[in-house]
Amino acid sequence: MDFALLFAYAVHAGTPLLFATLGEMVTEKSGNLNLGVEGMMLMGAVMGFQVGIATSNPLLAVVGAAAAGALGGLIFAFLTVTLRANQVVSGLALTIFGTGFAGFFGQKLTGKIVPGPITTFFGEAKVPLLSDIPFVGKILFAQNLFVYFGYVAAIALGVYLFHTRKGLNLRAVGENPAAADASGINISLYKYTHILLGGALCGLGGAYLSLVYVPTWKENITAGRGWIAVALVIFTTWSPYRAIIGSYLFGCLDIIGFRIQDLKIKVSPYIIDMLPYIVTIVVLVFISMRKSKENAPPKGLGNPYFREDR
Amino acid sequence: MNKQAFIQIKDITKTFGSVVANKDISLTVYKGEIHALLGENGSGKSTLMNVLSGIYSPDSGSIFIDGKEVRFSSPKDSIELGIGMIHQHFKLVDVFTAKENIIAGQSGSFFVGSKKLSKQIKQISEKFGLDIDPDKKIYNMSVGEKQTVEILKVLYRGANILILDEPTAVLTPLEVEKLFKIMKNMKEAGCAVIIITHKMHEVMEISDRITVLRKGETIGTVDKKDTTPKQLTEMMVGRHIDLSIKRVETTGKEPILKVQNLTVLDEEKVKALNDVSFELSKGEILGVAGVAGSGQKELCEAIAGLYPVADGNILYEGEDIVGKNPREIIKKGISMSFIPEDRLGMGLVASMDMVDNLILKDYQNQKGLLIDRAPVKQKAEMLIKKLDIRTPGIHHPVKQLSGGNIQKVLLGREIESNPHLLITAYPVRGLDIGASYTIYDLLNEQKAKDVAILYIGEDLDVLLELCDRIMVLCDGKLIGIVDAKTATKEQLGLMMAGEEMEQEKGVESVV
Repeated sequence: MDFALLFAYAVHAGTPLLFATLGEMVTEKSGNLNLGVEGMMLMGAVMGFQVGIATSNPLLAVVGAAAAGALGGLIFAFLTVTLRANQVVSGLALTIFGTGFAGFFGQKLTGKIVPGPITTFFGEAKVPLLSDIPFVGKILFAQNLFVYFGYVAAIALGVYLFHTRKGLNLRAVGENPAAADASGINISLYKYTHILLGGALCGLGGAYLSLVYVPTWKENITAGRGWIAVALVIFTTWSPYRAIIGSYLFGCLDIIGFRIQDLKIKVSPYIIDMLPYIVTIVVLVFISMRKSKENAPPKGLGNPYFREDR
Repeated sequence: MNKQAFIQIKDITKTFGSVVANKDISLTVYKGEIHALLGENGSGKSTLMNVLSGIYSPDSGSIFIDGKEVRFSSPKDSIELGIGMIHQHFKLVDVFTAKENIIAGQSGSFFVGSKKLSKQIKQISEKFGLDIDPDKKIYNMSVGEKQTVEILKVLYRGANILILDEPTAVLTPLEVEKLFKIMKNMKEAGCAVIIITHKMHEVMEISDRITVLRKGETIGTVDKKDTTPKQLTEMMVGRHIDLSIKRVETTGKEPILKVQNLTVLDEEKVKALNDVSFELSKGEILGVAGVAGSGQKELCEAIAGLYPVADGNILYEGEDIVGKNPREIIKKGISMSFIPEDRLGMGLVASMDMVDNLILKDYQNQKGLLIDRAPVKQKAEMLIKKLDIRTPGIHHPVKQLSGGNIQKVLLGREIESNPHLLITAYPVRGLDIGASYTIYDLLNEQKAKDVAILYIGEDLDVLLELCDRIMVLCDGKLIGIVDAKTATKEQLGLMMAGEEMEQEKGVESVV
């Protein structure tokens, strides 16, 4: 088996997970647990596809997807930040809403194929020099532009969170909103901005599926990837850098089924389809056994903040 | 003193639901003065200061800074006017370093420049005589260090109005001394300092003027030189109060608890209690003195069955209770109330109401599958009356009560279970004078009923007045047990530092 090719596929399959994981990560850093990732991915996927069909413009399609994801985020932010509704319930409702949204807009799209210009735009684009590195070059730098954007997004988010003042403030909001508030940080503004940003990233994850990975429209195109992303945030302990590795690892699990068939090993395809989910459960078990202050979830995660609460 | 009013608070009213926390409160603070805010628990001091720092918005009333009327819509507005508040419960992010906590919310360069900021913080801390490692994480810090970070946070913002909400409640005497020095430095620099405290001797030591609040209203403002602790106490409580604790004499001398060679290990396998032996009799209050962390917590928890015992026996009415689970031990009539440093951490569920918190222990005595709330409701009403617990009702979540009232609920619950042995640790931590004396009376009442009491305390004066005997722990070792009637504060202080007392005077031999 050509391992470089296998891993290159893993990166390809892991990219939607990476975007969704980053999206959920930045949302959780603001102290809000948004379980609507699956819904926002679906909204992004259908909107990206729709705009792509209508305009044949890859950039507009991507922007449309991000906007649709952000719209999902906005609904969630309004419910949980402004109205202080229960975050878990709001997130689940958003997933159901997103599924319906995609079902409604996707009715007429089923079976359609992504227009040529977009497919070409997101075709393989080797990075000069870097793609010549043996093995690694073939895995990481012989991909498409969308994948490269994933690297950039993850690293940029890491730098933002850990090396900028805004990132510091954001983490303070997620950890201890009362302390952040007393320091003069505008809690609602930070929460809204980053929930929207998170939604946009999830939307991009969805768009990668419908525009690049599949690339036709089919119902339930995300197939539970949103839930894996929620688990991946925990697995990668709220670090965008580790999110890169985690997402690609799960991308690998996603495609391993086809490869095993190549090897003519007899395993039920259903078992193989279960792999990512089984690994998710196993990982969650291990994570919950580990106790470290540094790798813990943001302390304020899931709790609505009300300044005059005593 | 510059006689221009720096802060002027006029007729502030603030209500929380049906609770009136502040009612038409007025307060004037000048530049270069330390102003003490005095009042019982729940008298509205913290609320008023939270209004001044922009966290609560008042229902009515106005605030003037330097003669100009100001309106705060968020803490940011108040920070910009140079107001810095150090909250009773620190507002720090645990996983951040000191530096990160200090600069959070501050404007500045987009990227956080690491070295330059550390240097800047070092400079400020040296200027005010503070000692802090800017790159140390908060969760690795002691309470005193955390407070230093809070102070630095305020100083870094260039605050000229400093508000301290019960800053000394959890500090060691040395740390308190340091804090007072910083406050004096700020005063000399022309800043205004407002301090909330219960401790009368601190008020008399540090403040220039004192404003007393009672039940949400201003009682009056006095100059320190024109007043006495007695007058202040009466203003605070609203009645004459006797500042001595009576010692109830009991006759029974029948031992109920015998601790023999008790040794427990902490998480790092270090001996937290080392070969401790003592006896406790019915109708006796045995005090435990010692510097914080000398093994007091482990002692309480070992007896209550919450901490594994490495070696030794705990004989209760002749029966060894080591290895029994907490429930069995409670059934035998041993009750513990421990007030931790954060005062809510142990014993009560913050979001539940009084009734449900009482049921937590009571349900075990009830038969059947369903809980019967009716008798517990009566008990709750009774406790409110008996202990003067200030709450809008028995169904109000306990976390919304003030600290002192929460403590009364906890201790009240333990006493209501009619224990034979009551373990109580720091029951008056953070309590005002009135509430403290209610607690002492409660303990004496129990003592008169022949209950054996193990009292872990901080205030040596109280230990000497309230207890029959006092045992001193140092580093997990029992240094000695003294008769409280004959022992002196100096003697206890020396013993707390680990000096064994050989002479006969008042020292009983270790059992």
